Amino acid sequence: MTEAKWPLYEVFLRPRNGLAHKHVGSLHATDDEMALQNARDLYTRRGDVDSIWVVPSRAIVASDPADKDILLEPSSAERKPYRHPTFYDIPDEVGHM
Amino acid sequence: MSANPDTNSVPPHQFTYVLRLADTALVLGHRLSEWSSRAPTLEEDIALSNIALDHIGQARALYAHAAKLEGNGRNEDDLAFLRGAPQYLNVQLVERENGDFAVTMARQLFYSAFAAPHFSMLAKSCDAEVAGIAGKAAKECAYHLRHASEWVIRLGDGTEESRQRMQNAVDDLWMYTGELFEADAIDGAMITQGVGVDPGSVKPSWDATIDTVLAEALLAKPKSGWMSSGGKRGQHTEHLGHMLGQMQSLHRAYPGVTW
Repeated sequence: MTEAKWPLYEVFLRPRNGLAHKHVGSLHATDDEMALQNARDLYTRRGDVDSIWVVPSRAIVASDPADKDILLEPSSAERKPYRHPTFYDIPDEVGHM
Repeated sequence: MSANPDTNSVPPHQFTYVLRLADTALVLGHRLSEWSSRAPTLEEDIALSNIALDHIGQARALYAHAAKLEGNGRNEDDLAFLRGAPQYLNVQLVERENGDFAVTMARQLFYSAFAAPHFSMLAKSCDAEVAGIAGKAAKECAYHLRHASEWVIRLGDGTEESRQRMQNAVDDLWMYTGELFEADAIDGAMITQGVGVDPGSVKPSWDATIDTVLAEALLAKPKSGWMSSGGKRGQHTEHLGHMLGQMQSLHRAYPGVTW
């Protein structure tokens, strides 16, 4: 099984009671249709699933973990606490938000 | 449909009719389970095991119903594990050995292209139990058909070697497809009573499916020639006895074993 002939796909499922597709894992397949079938066979065995997405892994553009300090760290709650709506007094009447 | 009021036992034809469906499902399920841990890829290994379990699930429900129809105390395990090849009433197609992957896919294509529409029709059986089992099985078999078709197309329209192996598999198994559509006196009685359906009536749909898949796979449809037959009467090819020997060995060595 070579990566060229059996490329990697990422699998996303939307559960019957869920709102968005969620990443559940990956698999190998020779083409898109087989990827969808394999996803059905591998990842829907026990679940109430409403919809399947498969995406070629190479189509995903990912952030570089080495960039984390520059890219993501500055927005952390610790550094920019004012970006989080935690400074408001919420009247009791509003209840749970 | 329950006991026949004219006799004190249930109609033996109905028992035999359900037993044939059960045997066919179990034998094919067991054959596919032989691929577990041996399939070409991890993904296909799980897919084949899923399909095997679908068939074994169908078999269990059908055996339980057959045991009830027979009503002499035998249970589903007795029916599955304590009958020899001459008592098995499955069609010969499903007992043929797995061979290479192409043979397994050709066998599955031929069977599922029959089973999906056949179970759809059986879902209207006046035996509510049969109708329920068939309704569920029809959906499973429709998926098996899609799975097998995709592989036959990829292998037929693949490399020179895969094309040759796929064509050989189609040619070798062709003579076992005729039995799928045969109806004998037992089928006739069940059709008349509304319990069963005429397997012959599935032929046009089967032909259409097979023609489409083989054409897309760039494979030649074999010429209709001599067809093997007899599985439904207990006449089997040499492959079934070996399979049953292995499948039944545990139960025969440790009667009633559970785990």
